Amino acid sequence: MATSPLHQGRDESAARRAVMALCADASRDDLDAALQTLAAPPIEDLRPPETGLVMATGRIGGDGRPFNLGEVSVTRAAIRLPDGATGFAYHLGRDRMKARLAATLDALWQDPSRRARVEDALRSAAEKAEAARHRAARRTAATRVDFLTLARGED
Amino acid sequence: MYVAVKGGEAAIDNAHRLLAETRRGDPAVPELTVAQIREQMTLLVDRVMAEGSLYDPDLAALALKQARGDVVEAVFLVRAFRTTLPRFGASKPVDTGAMAVARRVSATFKDLPGGQVLGPTFDYTHRLIDFALAAAGTVEPAAEAEPRDDAGTCPRVTDLLAQDGLIEPSPPDDGAPVGDLTREPVDYPADRALRLQALARGDEGFVLGLGYSTQRGYGRTHPFVGEVRVGDVAVEFVPEELGFPVPLGRIRLTECQMVNQFTGSGTTPPQFTRGYGLTFGQSERKAMAMALVDRALRAAELGEPVTSPAQDQEFVLAHCDSLQATGFVEHLKLPHYVDFQAELELVRRLRAEFFRDSDSVQEAAE
Repeated sequence: MATSPLHQGRDESAARRAVMALCADASRDDLDAALQTLAAPPIEDLRPPETGLVMATGRIGGDGRPFNLGEVSVTRAAIRLPDGATGFAYHLGRDRMKARLAATLDALWQDPSRRARVEDALRSAAEKAEAARHRAARRTAATRVDFLTLARGED
Repeated sequence: MYVAVKGGEAAIDNAHRLLAETRRGDPAVPELTVAQIREQMTLLVDRVMAEGSLYDPDLAALALKQARGDVVEAVFLVRAFRTTLPRFGASKPVDTGAMAVARRVSATFKDLPGGQVLGPTFDYTHRLIDFALAAAGTVEPAAEAEPRDDAGTCPRVTDLLAQDGLIEPSPPDDGAPVGDLTREPVDYPADRALRLQALARGDEGFVLGLGYSTQRGYGRTHPFVGEVRVGDVAVEFVPEELGFPVPLGRIRLTECQMVNQFTGSGTTPPQFTRGYGLTFGQSERKAMAMALVDRALRAAELGEPVTSPAQDQEFVLAHCDSLQATGFVEHLKLPHYVDFQAELELVRRLRAEFFRDSDSVQEAAE
């Protein structure tokens, strides 16, 4: 993900969602740092950042009828750039600043002329997330177990 | 009945100030931070999130700090907080099959596609107190290994059994609206989705006790742990203004697939049945107990006699919520002066009648 631009080889919506996922996983500081490098224009809140709830649903048996598992706290933001472009963010947690930063990045990313620069700015956050996933997978892999069944005495 | 009382304001204020100081403990000992609780009391935080029915580790950690570590009080705080927030909507159902697995074990098959991984578990520890932990120190870094090729694709054990028709399929998604007990009071009989919602937020101790009771013969289900998995799943939500699923981030879940003994009839061949458990955070005990109780509550549906508490959905659902239970039990300590006065007068009158009658019986005998 980090080595090739997110918008190549994907449709527009999938690429936008990949950037959103990246922003959701990143820390506020990472997003702030990314935005600093982009010389973003002043933004206007389309809707002030707001914290609310989303009911997380699962499926009976993992693959059947849905049921309500419990709520997650979610913060959303919607902003407008001076040129009228809008950006949105919905994140787990209660960090309004982070949601506004992500909404700004979403608005900038939608402008094809800025897209590559936005993804470049997010590269270090992407690499950090990928490294964390890689490390978690390696540590989990070290606990992989092969159980053996022993012959029973009475046979 | 509880009748409102007045007075005591100064005493109540002072009690709350005393609570704050007591919560802090010895000021010579450094104060706990919320981040410390979140990072080092993770399973406690997970439990508060599960029973508080709100996934927010920072909030659960703060609630635990405020509640002096009392789980039910922390659950109360979290539940009260959620009532102050608007509901944006419901997520798309999470895909536990695509979970980034941190732990996955099966008691039914030793060889599974994707393998079994122990992850961070208390299993196989000796349960000896580690006095070294009493002193701060560095931790040996966890071992690492190259994931095998099949790691990362972990089909559910139940999917493997289902391929051969050996287990009943999950109830299909018919698109019908999903009941939500936080919006509508529960009507009995409650469907399985509603029961799972209640169990997911139910008190771990209560659900554990009920699950245990089924193993001891009060509604036996002959369970095997098909699989327990712990890991992170992506949560997606479709906002109206966007019209496509937006990734909100990842949450940690524990899922248990219980494989239970057969049903079958003249028209359907014998096959295993299922119990299902899913909880916020890492809690195998809760997910497994939930799966046992889920299966027990299906007794009527599967044509089994309903004879035991764990099979009685009204009993289970009406009593599994720690907050409701504590509210009704603990309200007994609030002033009941008026009520009790009435009882006192009644018992005095009954005693007076008793002694008058026994006097007259005595007189008649003489």
